[in-house]
Amino acid sequence: MTASASWVTQNVPSRPRAATKATSEPAAVCWLLTGVALIFLGAFLFLPLAVVFGTAFQKGLSFYFSSLSEPDALAAIRLTLLAAGIAVPLNLVFGVAAAWAIGKFEFIGKSVLITLIDLPFSVSPVVSGLIYVLLFGLQGLLGPWLIAHGVRIIFAVPGIVLATIFVTFPFVARELLPMMQAQGNDEEEAALTLGASGWQTFFRVTMPNVKWALLYGVILCNARAMGEFGAVSVVSGHIRGLTNTMPLHIEILYNDYQFVAAFAVASLLALLALLTLVVKSIVEWNARLQLAEQVSAGEEVAR
Amino acid sequence: MSITVRDIRKNFGHFTALDDVSLEIPDGQLVALLGPSGSGKTTLLRIIAGLEFPDCGTVRFDGRDITDHSARERRVGFVFQHYALFRHMTVFENIAFGLRVRSRKLRPSNEQIRVKVNELLKLIQLQNQAQRYPSQLSGGQRQRVALARALAVEPSVLLLDEPFGSLDAKVRMELRRWLRQLHDEVHITSVFVTHDQDEALEVSDRVAVMNEGRIEQVGSPDEVYSHPASPFVYNFLGNVNLFHGRVDNDRTYIHESATGNLVFVRPHLLDIARQPGPPNSFRATTKHINAAGPLAKIEAVTEWGAPVHIEISQERLHDLQLVKDEVVFIVPKEVAVFRKNGTS
Repeated sequence: MTASASWVTQNVPSRPRAATKATSEPAAVCWLLTGVALIFLGAFLFLPLAVVFGTAFQKGLSFYFSSLSEPDALAAIRLTLLAAGIAVPLNLVFGVAAAWAIGKFEFIGKSVLITLIDLPFSVSPVVSGLIYVLLFGLQGLLGPWLIAHGVRIIFAVPGIVLATIFVTFPFVARELLPMMQAQGNDEEEAALTLGASGWQTFFRVTMPNVKWALLYGVILCNARAMGEFGAVSVVSGHIRGLTNTMPLHIEILYNDYQFVAAFAVASLLALLALLTLVVKSIVEWNARLQLAEQVSAGEEVAR
Repeated sequence: MSITVRDIRKNFGHFTALDDVSLEIPDGQLVALLGPSGSGKTTLLRIIAGLEFPDCGTVRFDGRDITDHSARERRVGFVFQHYALFRHMTVFENIAFGLRVRSRKLRPSNEQIRVKVNELLKLIQLQNQAQRYPSQLSGGQRQRVALARALAVEPSVLLLDEPFGSLDAKVRMELRRWLRQLHDEVHITSVFVTHDQDEALEVSDRVAVMNEGRIEQVGSPDEVYSHPASPFVYNFLGNVNLFHGRVDNDRTYIHESATGNLVFVRPHLLDIARQPGPPNSFRATTKHINAAGPLAKIEAVTEWGAPVHIEISQERLHDLQLVKDEVVFIVPKEVAVFRKNGTS
């Protein structure tokens, strides 16, 4: 996060000189601050990343690929993709709907809804997982009934998907909400008086205005869905080849002292994280560029 | 299309925005809703548009009850104070929006839309800006685009919420003359909200003056200005001097302590004399003389310490040779008297 943020600020169009002078620092302070930031990043971000990839390739390329194509590893990758593939679209729909309702309408219980959306952020993932065990587990509230009807949720794929959905559901809503609130209702009302239906207003007016925030939310949501460990670990049961996601598979390999294989799978997750950062930076950069263009154009006219 | 609003009431929580408001707007007129902020004028406009719904009362278009119809069904053109242009669309697409969202059966062809939008661009004199985005336009240009966008769907009624409120004085003046011209050309029933009395008096056929959720007076600009129905209207339209007074044999006397009546006099309806004039004249001391502008503005203080604003012609000022701190007699030419409880 820190790395991408500093990278983006450098891309803000330079301001007129008079404005920068008042806020700029002496060279020594600049170098000191930059140095501290770089050392921090190096120690906590680049070094671990180097270790992950270094260990992953310790036994050579062929070992690296064979540990990835091993049946259990493949099953874990497949399950992770499946869980994210279900959780992200669902949370996309939920997040957009929730942000729209909260941002554009007044209703009773609005603040309760906002609090509920934040709940997965404030609750430990382990507790999130336990909630499902208590609900659907063998000794749980609905468990016995479900088992009697042949439905398995805990220690099976549905449980993993449910836990993933739960821990990732604030992301999209949280990204969209400030945008939607800031933009107000004027444009929607204008669309309405021009004869647009609710759907037309939503797709032609509301969505285009928040598309970058939406994409950003989806990226974060996806990253978390693929990387989630705690909640999934509680409901999974760690059945090799069946209920292990990538993070769980890595843990098992690591506990089996198969360090190189563990780091090989971990390198995939690290790659995913890097990819997410790149896409996120591009998205932020685009949004900023668009904003800067609009602002500078606006200033030009005002002058 | 005529608009009839009857017994409209609207509360927001404990705040009464509209309190039994009735208003008749004849077909083809340009009517101003004039009042201070919080007087309910915008709420009334939004209720006519269908963006807000009244707690009770009815709205009729041409006698048809449309109180329960949504904004979409009412086919009104609405121009927002802050333009509310679609920021991600070009000027062209903004204006075309209302045509593009029509159902397939009613939607004009792309070619027809192009012709229509170009016509409107010409009307608002922005032919060369069609591919620009709203953020690249000045405030006055944006407001014209908003107007063109509202007109594109050929609405039966045009509603404007403080249309010139966020523009600077010069653009505002130009734009309101332009709006008057436009209205004379297209004759669409129009209602606009404003807190600017000059704007209301200059542009509209009729003015409805609003205060605290009620309509105080409806009439032609001349009527409301020359014959205000209440102290509020008198106060709100133009500058005014407020005195206490007493009425004897149809003659109004202005005094310090006379009770029971409020006497309103417009600054230009006061004259200045060196000699005691008619019995209702009173003594005052000039404090400041401002000769800039078409009328000279004089500030004076009465014997009992109340400030008086007087406006006289430049010629009159020249004849009088007034100087500062001079004791003069002030002669009211025309006054309006209201009893303390508000009626005249």
